[in-house]
Amino acid sequence: MKISKDTKIDLFTRMVKVRTFEDDTNKIFMAGKEMPGFLHLSQGEDAMAAGTCANLRMDDAIYTTHRGHGCIIAKGADLKPMMAELFGRIDGCCKGRAGSMHFADVKTGCMGSNGVVGEGMRLAVGTAFAQKYNKTDNVTAVFFGEGASGTGSFHESFNMAATLKLPVIFVCSINLYAQMTHKSVHIAIDDMAERAAGYGAPGVTFDGNDVEVVYEEVAKAVKHCRAGKGPYLVEGKTYRHYGHYIGDPCNYRPAGELEEWMKKDPVVLYEKKLLKEGVLDAKGVQQIKDECKRLVDEAVEYARKSPQPEIEELYKDIFA
Amino acid sequence: MGKPIMFQWAINHAIAEEMRRDPTVFIIGEDVGKPGGPFGVTRGILDEFGPERAVDTPISEGTIVGLCAGAAASGLRPVAEIMFMNFITLCVEELYNQASKMRWMFGAQVKVPMVVRAMTAGGYGAGPHHSSSLESLFAGMPGLKVVMPSTPVNAKGLMKAAIRDDNPVLYVEPLSSYKLKAEMPEGDFITPIGKCEVVKEGSDITIVTVGRMLQESLKAVDQLAKDGIKPELIDLLTVSPLDMDTIYTSVKKTHRLVIIHEAKETMGIGAEIAALVQEKAFDWLDAPVARVAAPFTHIAFQPKLEQHYLPDAGKLVAKVKTMLG
Repeated sequence: MKISKDTKIDLFTRMVKVRTFEDDTNKIFMAGKEMPGFLHLSQGEDAMAAGTCANLRMDDAIYTTHRGHGCIIAKGADLKPMMAELFGRIDGCCKGRAGSMHFADVKTGCMGSNGVVGEGMRLAVGTAFAQKYNKTDNVTAVFFGEGASGTGSFHESFNMAATLKLPVIFVCSINLYAQMTHKSVHIAIDDMAERAAGYGAPGVTFDGNDVEVVYEEVAKAVKHCRAGKGPYLVEGKTYRHYGHYIGDPCNYRPAGELEEWMKKDPVVLYEKKLLKEGVLDAKGVQQIKDECKRLVDEAVEYARKSPQPEIEELYKDIFA
Repeated sequence: MGKPIMFQWAINHAIAEEMRRDPTVFIIGEDVGKPGGPFGVTRGILDEFGPERAVDTPISEGTIVGLCAGAAASGLRPVAEIMFMNFITLCVEELYNQASKMRWMFGAQVKVPMVVRAMTAGGYGAGPHHSSSLESLFAGMPGLKVVMPSTPVNAKGLMKAAIRDDNPVLYVEPLSSYKLKAEMPEGDFITPIGKCEVVKEGSDITIVTVGRMLQESLKAVDQLAKDGIKPELIDLLTVSPLDMDTIYTSVKKTHRLVIIHEAKETMGIGAEIAALVQEKAFDWLDAPVARVAAPFTHIAFQPKLEQHYLPDAGKLVAKVKTMLG
């Protein structure tokens, strides 16, 4: 597949935006005063987010995990309401009620993050059902990890999407850990995409840190789904740079493993590649980084200015 | 008024009428499409509306309800069937953590208009995994409505109201009520969600009934009339949100309250009603609030044991007489 220069720059920009947001959020959270609750950040999995979402139209849908900031940003959500949500403010995308694990930005197709591992898959089957029912060629991508691949939700959802021929792209990021246990506790095979054949659907495994590979493989999945051929399972091998949650001491990771994976940092590697290919020069790279930083800084300022929700907010919107 | 219609066809007609009225309504579940439902409730739907709108699924209750939540958030109006209410335990995640919370949690970015039908089969010897009435598990979930029809007319009216409601609605239908017959009102009508019905006016005691216990309550009222006792009979129809105002008004008149429900007494919906009445209408009570409900054990398939377990007219009559004695 020939990827155009514009697409390459777009892929890089999406990743830088994700990385900058996650890194700055990390700093603010660790300073301890402004962000309540828990945080699950996705640095290291930026290529999976960018490579997948760059294939999707604004009116396609995604369902994200508790580690979902990266995918939502890559899909095109405005950073300001996202940041305000992390601060628990009224101008947050969920009016400050939900926080990091339960983000939604429906106007950009981000149908919801989930605090319950694996549950996005069942909902994704429903949105895909609606997309097919309305005779559109829209698709739904649902993100999950090896931990979620053991849930009943995965098996039921994949089976139901296959039997009902629904346009769901199951995007599995194998980052070697589900919370604190190694992948081998959660799946008995190496490449979980092999399961897809057992359900009657295609499955493919690839390097989840090469954003162009992610982009190409998901493009095939999207094409398959838009053609009404049913679900598709993509599995990217990747790694999360931080712990399960921010503050996690990561005692379960063997010495040296993080360092090995940092050498495969998808954002760093792609920057090098684009410079080498002449797609961008150093100035161009810096411009992208500066613009992403500006957007994140603007989001932080927006969040800080937004008020806390009033108590009455607890009682609104319970029923439509 | 036309010829009498059976409860189960009343539900069928409600679903079909709403599907004609609104192209976003569809039915989904196990055996609902081609077979017309294991008990025939969805017969004819696939023939009229086609397989895209009458969907047969694998056995995956959690995912059936999860699909409904996602589809509803994306603009459709699903009506799912859970064959026996015991199996709804497989859907607690999707009903509680997902459907009931999505609108509020996402700051009103979505609405979740979906109906989940669940059938209770108490009284058939169906045993511990097929006989339960589990409305109390769901009655306390903000964002989820729970309705329990009791006659063919309100079965039709509540199903139409549930489908038109923009919120998730759990619709509990008793197998033993399927063959009840009644004439339907002419034309389009709904039974509003969130309102009790005063079935019989009275003065000596308030009986609050729900679901299929209406039939037992009506028998009890007839028996009590022979002893000159005139209960006021209120049918809840909606379990959540509760219409407590109608109950307070009645208790202020009769000064005694007994609640009858098929589900077990411990932590049942009667407990919530009793707590509210004693809190808000204490001065009007001449006796403690009582409940007639199933005991704290499991339902047997064995007929003698099952009959002992299930509340009925005889147990209600005995309780009322004790309260008035």
